[in-house]
Amino acid sequence: MSSGTKLLSLGHYQPTRVLTNDDLAQMVDTNDEWIRDRVGIVTRRIADGETVADMAAAAAEKALAGSGLTAADIDLVVVATCSSVDRCPNVATRVAGRLGITAPGAYDINTACSGFSYALATVDHAIRAGASRNAIVIGSEKLSDFTDWTDRSTCVLFGDGAGAAVVTAAGEGEAPGVGPVLWGSDPEKSDAITIEGWRPYIQQAGQTVFRWATFALPGLAQRACAAAGIDPTELAAFVPHQANLRIIEPLARRLGATNAVVAKDIVESGNTSAASVPLALSKLVERREVPSGAPVLLFGFGGGLTYAGQVVRCP
Amino acid sequence: MTRDEITAGLAEILEEVAGVNPDDVAEEKSFTDDLDVDSLSMVEVVVAAEEKFGVKIPDDEVQNLKTVGDAVSYITKVGS
Repeated sequence: MSSGTKLLSLGHYQPTRVLTNDDLAQMVDTNDEWIRDRVGIVTRRIADGETVADMAAAAAEKALAGSGLTAADIDLVVVATCSSVDRCPNVATRVAGRLGITAPGAYDINTACSGFSYALATVDHAIRAGASRNAIVIGSEKLSDFTDWTDRSTCVLFGDGAGAAVVTAAGEGEAPGVGPVLWGSDPEKSDAITIEGWRPYIQQAGQTVFRWATFALPGLAQRACAAAGIDPTELAAFVPHQANLRIIEPLARRLGATNAVVAKDIVESGNTSAASVPLALSKLVERREVPSGAPVLLFGFGGGLTYAGQVVRCP
Repeated sequence: MTRDEITAGLAEILEEVAGVNPDDVAEEKSFTDDLDVDSLSMVEVVVAAEEKFGVKIPDDEVQNLKTVGDAVSYITKVGS
């Protein structure tokens, strides 16, 4: 049993293949200026042969390598994804197998784009409850498998990738490094983003989602800060789900994160659903844009419509 | 509230949200074609208009508001 948990290390993986706005303009009726204007995306990475499990394992391997722990220390693997094609086995056991983690609790969760914060919360709870000592939590998505490459309103938005974190119990007397989760959903709007049916494609009601994200979410993000006893002005970084630059910027402004580095990985990576938060966070940390121990608000939101966020201390 | 007053109120919102020159705002103007307000800015205009005029403009209705006059008519209808 532990009174709190903390992030030990992060890792991420992106496919090498870059898809530019000009590339997309060859495929559908769109152009670079329109895409930059509406969503702020310049490039996205698209998997070639990689699966959701391949990318998850690559990100997890990097996180584990930076943690000071070994595979033998890990007893829980949790993967957030909404784009795994295989129904069984789940991604978590595939990842554990790749990394040589021999007998972990292993499960996937699907809350679409808010998945990483949900998964991190369940890991935090498991460690606090004594069900785990050291865990790996991963967001991994291959949205290109579910993209309608003839639909110009959606195919410009998405990318593939993965991000991961190693989570462990905070030390004796150490303040928790993972704050209380503020999670919830708005099931009345469940049709606003869908990947449904047999051989499904991503579809979304853009204006409905935009309205929800820019006007309903700022107050919820403030509540996630309040739950951790942090004023938004104290945040060193704000890492929201990377859905659209025109959501991210007003959300940061309305949250009041006036002193925070705001993650804008969407520009180079597109929307990678559950992978976007750990991917953006891992890159910020790798570039040393956030000091170790500084408070960072993670805030996922999307399909469901679901949302979850928590303040973490930067590893 | 008269149609002119609502138009003036919308002009204020359009200036604040999308940087539209208030002198360009008139009932016959199309939000997208004449005033260069894209679909996402339109959502912000609608939410600001709901607050300003104390009305509800559901998502389904937004696509029917092609011109400033359409918006004025809708606000007049549901506001009275």
